[in-house]
Amino acid sequence: MATRGKKKKNPQKSDKKESLQLSLALPGKLKPKMSLRTKPPSLRAKRSKPSEEIASSPSAPRNDKNAIARETVGIAEKLAKKQQAISVSEFFTKNRHLLGFDNPRKALLTAVKEAVDNSLDACEEARILPEIAVKIEPVKDQKDRFLITVTDNGPGIVKNQIPQIFGSLLYGSKFHSLKMSRGQQGIGISAAAMYGQITTGKPVKIISKTSSKKDACFFELRLDMKRNQPVVLKNEQMEWKLAHGTEVEFEIEGKYQKGRQSVDEYIRQTMIANPHCAMTYCAPDGEKLVYTRETAHLPPEPKEIKPHPYGVELGIFLRMLHGTTARNVKTFLQNDFSRISPKIAGAILKLAGVSHSQRPADIAAGNAEGIYRAIEQVKIMNPATDCLAPIGEASILKGLEREVKADFYSAISRPPSVYRGNPFIIEVGLAWGGEQSMEEPTTLLRFANRVPLLYQPGACSITRSVVTTDWKNYGLTQPRDSVPIGALTIFVHIASVWVPFTSESKEAIADYPEIKKEIRLALQECGRKLSTYLSHRRRAQEEGRKKGYIETYIPHIGEALREMLNFSEKEEQKIVTNLRTMLEKGKIHG
Amino acid sequence: MVSKLLTSPLKAIKETAQSMKAKIDKRVKPEMKFPVRSLQNVKYRPNIGYFELGNKFKSRTLTYNTVKSFAQTLRMMSVSKTLIETDDFASKREMYYISKNWDEARFDEQPESDTVMDDIEALYMVNREQLGFIPEEKGGEVAGSLIVVDKDNDTGKTLKIDCTKFGSGAYSIPISVEHLNFETDAKFILVIETAGMFQRLVQHNYWKKANCILVSMGGVPTRACRRFIRRLSEEKKIPVYAFVDCDPYGIGNIYRTLKVGSGNAAHINQFFCVPDATFLGITPEDIKKYKLPTHPLKDVDIKRARDAVKNDPFFKHHKQWINAFDELLKMGVRAEQQALAKHGLNYVIDKYLPDKIKKPGDFLP
Repeated sequence: MATRGKKKKNPQKSDKKESLQLSLALPGKLKPKMSLRTKPPSLRAKRSKPSEEIASSPSAPRNDKNAIARETVGIAEKLAKKQQAISVSEFFTKNRHLLGFDNPRKALLTAVKEAVDNSLDACEEARILPEIAVKIEPVKDQKDRFLITVTDNGPGIVKNQIPQIFGSLLYGSKFHSLKMSRGQQGIGISAAAMYGQITTGKPVKIISKTSSKKDACFFELRLDMKRNQPVVLKNEQMEWKLAHGTEVEFEIEGKYQKGRQSVDEYIRQTMIANPHCAMTYCAPDGEKLVYTRETAHLPPEPKEIKPHPYGVELGIFLRMLHGTTARNVKTFLQNDFSRISPKIAGAILKLAGVSHSQRPADIAAGNAEGIYRAIEQVKIMNPATDCLAPIGEASILKGLEREVKADFYSAISRPPSVYRGNPFIIEVGLAWGGEQSMEEPTTLLRFANRVPLLYQPGACSITRSVVTTDWKNYGLTQPRDSVPIGALTIFVHIASVWVPFTSESKEAIADYPEIKKEIRLALQECGRKLSTYLSHRRRAQEEGRKKGYIETYIPHIGEALREMLNFSEKEEQKIVTNLRTMLEKGKIHG
Repeated sequence: MVSKLLTSPLKAIKETAQSMKAKIDKRVKPEMKFPVRSLQNVKYRPNIGYFELGNKFKSRTLTYNTVKSFAQTLRMMSVSKTLIETDDFASKREMYYISKNWDEARFDEQPESDTVMDDIEALYMVNREQLGFIPEEKGGEVAGSLIVVDKDNDTGKTLKIDCTKFGSGAYSIPISVEHLNFETDAKFILVIETAGMFQRLVQHNYWKKANCILVSMGGVPTRACRRFIRRLSEEKKIPVYAFVDCDPYGIGNIYRTLKVGSGNAAHINQFFCVPDATFLGITPEDIKKYKLPTHPLKDVDIKRARDAVKNDPFFKHHKQWINAFDELLKMGVRAEQQALAKHGLNYVIDKYLPDKIKKPGDFLP
């Protein structure tokens, strides 16, 4: 991310497409999120300064061309011209893997996922218990084509915002506001709609209703990919069944295949991590799954926090420096970061040898780096952790109980911790036994901000933490370098304002020692509970088995004695009863 | 006087059941005490001449772990009681099949039921035949100057079986021999390892020439065979000479079992061994003396020989046997009885046996 900055020297106020492509390269960080629909003012504020938007958009680490461009303005301009020639659709087609559309199967999943994640975020932000319906229908006479309909009971979207949200790719940035949301997962609903349009040519249809007193708005939109502008094909008022909510419908090319990385699995796992959500899912094969709400307890609303100085990289720091509204550098430090008091700001600037009153925009690159280095040397309090909204032990248990039929469940929410200035919480759940197979390897369910991670398990810190934990200590069998074997589901959730993914595709968690340690501790805590359960269970089983064993043979002793001594059947019964009392009541071991 | 077996274990079985019931009525866990049946718990008593059971016991208290074998033991005792009362018998194999009626208490394999049978045998210090159980194996064959006095099963009339009148065949020793009586004027009993050698001696009426009784063991002698020889030799005061292969199996297993009994069934050895038997041949010395053709000792032979010298209480007691084994191991070869045929088929009858019989004092103990 250190390649920021240079765009600033090369302002392209009028170049909308440039900004579009940039944003496309950064699916996770700049994202047109439905969450924005409830906040039109802030949105407008951001959009009113397009140059800033561009300048402050973070670069894609893989976009190395930008680094070269910094050297020579001329080349950069040439490059900029070339970039203009690339259409969004072309870019999209070439870079579909960045956005989660690598292959038809994953494309179907990503499209559904974007829509559902948006719906959940919208509902939660409006403090509404989500009720979502997902319907995937194969399109008649068209191979590998599906009609996706996602309906939610969210707050709805204001009429004039609808075309922008669904019809243009870049719609605001969340980069500066660090807030826990599902958002980091993908590029957004408009990308899914665009993918649909590229592969099928079909427009996207939206119904949205904000209040029971009003009619619903119906839109049919096409994306003008050259200009990144929505084209409204139809716009009508209509009656609609729900009091409020949004329904989006689009057609895409994809492939439906059951299994570990299927839409079905995504829905199932989403329901585990979101037990407060009710869901109706109609799969392409006609199967209808209804998930009832397991808890009426909405997760607490996550708070937005400013970046913590320890978590900011130099490039971002420079960009913040130049983008700030603060008058002087001291105020900048105090206002734009969390946990910097006037005293600490003073200490930093003193250490860096920079005057308090300097205007942030005037600070030379060398001095800026000085300040950046000084930050590392000053002891700053950890960020506040109340910005996180963990699922909570009770809800994890509810979610697991709903989806995994097991004999034993346990869950643990770790206290918040911090990696590189970013607060995070690890939560772990275990479900053992029940209908799960004793021979199969453990099912590992990974979640980041309540969103299931279905791809790249091997690259993920969660998987590594599970594999490197010694499960034999807890009474399980575990092959070398592998997850434990037998009737176990492990649920691991990381909640953070900034989830450190290994790559743009947002599929695996990066290896930060702090995160790994927390995962390990949580796993161990659950493991210990499991181990206690297993040993109790084993003891109970053993006793049951022994009792049955004794019960099996005692009558033979009675019968044999009766045969040898010719006494009555009543006498025999007495002997059997006596033996049973002696063997079962007393020490059963022997 | 010939040692007599316990008259009937019937009373003993009832007593066991009675005392067990009494304990259970008092809610005290019953227990059974069995002598340990293994070479570790065996002593060679030179003065009486056989293996005797030591005084190690395993006590089996009724617990979770023992409940199955308790049930099986008692059920088998009950079967035994019925067999004795009805004067019937069951073979070891049949006993195993009888247990198939016992549901979960049944035996899965015959060795399990045989073990329980051996335990009961040892518990009462009786012979399994007395419990109503008989082995499958044949007892051995007899030919020569002997009349066996038996009874007709239907009429109860006395039967006199003349063992000289079997022609080229032989009298077969029954599984139980306690009721038999003998009439003979033979000078000795020659006990032979292989059926082949026995056949040769019978064909050429060697018994007539030497006035003896020939017994074929066919390998390690069965209990009935040993008991038969024991009773015959004790009652008629006739010496017993063993004629077996010169190898660690012939000496260490066949002859040793004949003479002092088996380590595994030491509880009844006092009845099932022939302490007065002596070893006629083939000795290691014979191999050299008669220049017999030999085979090299196999690894298993060498192991068996070393084991006998080191662990077998009987061989350890006799310096001559230690020397004989050392000699055998030094030569590294073994020789079969039939190797004498090298000098002519009837060499054994014409030369070897007559030579040997002249000096019974030279026989190995």
